[in-house]
Amino acid sequence: MTATATNPASQRPTYLNHAYTLWSWLSTTDHKRIGMLYLGTLTLMFFIGGLAATLIRLELMTPVGDVLSADGYNKVFTIHGVIMVWFFLVPSIPNTLGNFILPLMIGARDLAFPRLNLASWYIFVAASIMALYFLLAGGVDTGWTFYTPYSSMFSNSNVTGVIAAVFIVGFSSIATGVNFIVTIHKMRAPGMTWFRMPILCWSLYATSLVIVLATPVLAISLLLVALERVAGVGIFDPALGGDPLLFQHLFWFYSHPAVYIMILPGMGVTTEIIACFARRRIFGYRFIAFSSMAIALIGFGVWGHHMFVAGQSAVAAIVFSLMSFLIAVPSAIKVYTWTATLYKGDIRMAAPLVYALSFIVLFVIGGITGLILASLALDVHVTDTYFVISHFHFIMVGASVSAYMGGLHFWWPKMTGRMYAERPALLAALFIGIGFVLTFLPQFWAGYLGMPRRYHEYPDEFQVLNVMSSAGAGILGLGYAMPLFYLTWSLRHGEPAGDNPWQATGLEWSVPSPPPKHNFVEIPVVEHEAYSYRPFGAQGSERVESDEEIQR
Amino acid sequence: MTRPLPGAEGVAVQEQYESADQQMSANRLGMWVFLASEVMLFGGFFLGFLVYRVMHPQGFEEAASHTDLLIGTVNTVVLLTSSLTVALAVTAVRHGRRGMGIGCLAATVGLGAAFLALKGYEYWKEYGEGLMPHAGKPFPLHEEGTMLFFNLYFAATGLHAAHLTLGIVMMSTIAVLWAVRGTARVPELVESGALYWHLIDVIWIWLYPLIYLAGR
Repeated sequence: MTATATNPASQRPTYLNHAYTLWSWLSTTDHKRIGMLYLGTLTLMFFIGGLAATLIRLELMTPVGDVLSADGYNKVFTIHGVIMVWFFLVPSIPNTLGNFILPLMIGARDLAFPRLNLASWYIFVAASIMALYFLLAGGVDTGWTFYTPYSSMFSNSNVTGVIAAVFIVGFSSIATGVNFIVTIHKMRAPGMTWFRMPILCWSLYATSLVIVLATPVLAISLLLVALERVAGVGIFDPALGGDPLLFQHLFWFYSHPAVYIMILPGMGVTTEIIACFARRRIFGYRFIAFSSMAIALIGFGVWGHHMFVAGQSAVAAIVFSLMSFLIAVPSAIKVYTWTATLYKGDIRMAAPLVYALSFIVLFVIGGITGLILASLALDVHVTDTYFVISHFHFIMVGASVSAYMGGLHFWWPKMTGRMYAERPALLAALFIGIGFVLTFLPQFWAGYLGMPRRYHEYPDEFQVLNVMSSAGAGILGLGYAMPLFYLTWSLRHGEPAGDNPWQATGLEWSVPSPPPKHNFVEIPVVEHEAYSYRPFGAQGSERVESDEEIQR
Repeated sequence: MTRPLPGAEGVAVQEQYESADQQMSANRLGMWVFLASEVMLFGGFFLGFLVYRVMHPQGFEEAASHTDLLIGTVNTVVLLTSSLTVALAVTAVRHGRRGMGIGCLAATVGLGAAFLALKGYEYWKEYGEGLMPHAGKPFPLHEEGTMLFFNLYFAATGLHAAHLTLGIVMMSTIAVLWAVRGTARVPELVESGALYWHLIDVIWIWLYPLIYLAGR
């Protein structure tokens, strides 16, 4: 497994060319190959969820329900929600980029439990097939939230099947979470102290903690709904004295932290990209690292803000409101540190940076509208309207998917050994940014004026806003589809990337692209902080002095 | 990590690790993190019991008085004893005492099976009294919340029993591996298995007062 200088690049053994058979992929325990398997699977799920979104936007072009029946519309937005949340957004960055990059970043040969990693992919695929089957053959009309008593007592659709699929995919999440936590604790290379880790590692660590502690609570609440449906064991049944609100508490105890599962990795990716393309040491390293942990921690105390109008006590509502404001603090810290890193940086524009900047803009819009939703009185006005829809799409889709795309472009040369084509990439990034804002900004207005979510018809006065939104969705869809083509094209025709096309710091850039099977010939010894960047033009090999060195 | 972990000698090191110590401490941490996840799973039940007990204090006390305190208590003793035997198995494997270790695992499996048998007898009795939900017999209690109590009871103890069954399968497998193939991976398996077994025990220690001691 040693790559010598005399070996032509094409002959060098990499994780891609050491075996070509299908079986070598299906039985691999290599974190890089598993990351690629996830990439393929998740791309498929993303476009299935996107297809459902297309149907939704087509239906909402006109005030009358002409494309889908009311029932069909319910089923389509359930498909969209279930697929996008559990089968794309939650695993998106951790299971593709995280899987691929995390061991390389900390100087490990693999994750701590490679077979568990592969098992998580198989579980994911099985659950995906199951979810797709039940969602398409008959469908589910409850929405992705499965609120009781509708889901447990009244809905005649495939609720049990889809709940089972979501339950199963939880095992895949938990397996990945356990794997990442143990890997970060136990597999770091000599000298790779906690505060020398790239920020992405911190954010994946925080994400994993949330996954491990929140997912089982979703599992138990869904299990109880299924028990009620299948065996008549009523737990949330009001007729027995049960409380549907308990389900909402359990559900949001997972599902709000799940938003942080979706956004924290994106924050990590954004940090990596910004430091690299601004050629600066990241501003306030420890603040960013600890703010990830703070978000993970406080994120467990905000779930009640989904239930301000559901009948919880005023005291609880005030506490949850306060906590929700509090979590804005670590989120804002990150935005300030990214901005401060860019300030006076030697900025070079490239597709990954455009995505990272999109992330910041969309995250700020989503975050500030989140404060409106955290305010008790304002929330009463906009609860269950398109204002909420728009807010969480800005965070979970706008910001998260931008970061995912940015990360994909940033590490694409490392993953494949080829450069993507810069022009179409910039164009796609532009389409995604503009398309996204055009799709979702009008929804804030529609929601504030009172347009409720989850109806296939609406009063005429909302049509202009909805047509704008659907038009934006067209641009957005085009932007999301483009990388499928030019990235695939680059696999064969892209320019060879070289080991470190971005002149980035970080151990993943010290190994060849694509990396060899076991990543490192010799486990590296780390002697410096993560972000010792120098301006692009600067020559010479001496390093930028780090904080530690200056203090000495 | 300078101090070698007990039992680290002779362990086959997998290729992603640099040393047996690293491998063993990773396995151990992995199990702990997984157990944290399991605690949150059962946390849903604990929350349900507590919330509904506050909502229906009379119903819960009346329902709890129809549970079998004797079987519940005996089962608690049985499960706590099994935790002792599994802890002894860990000590045995660290000292390379194969016979004693396999014996302890067998005792653990036996005690776990005894727990399940007693639990099954208890279920059967409750079925006879009509306390089992939707089992074709009229539910005998009328206070609001009593049926909720028994629904939660069957769901929580059922999930606990499923975990215990998995634990029994794991422990039997490990014992057979140890007897047939010797000690290559056994120290790690015994440790991880024992941690999991203790969790099953800990969950029961919480379920026991919630179910049997309410209002007594």
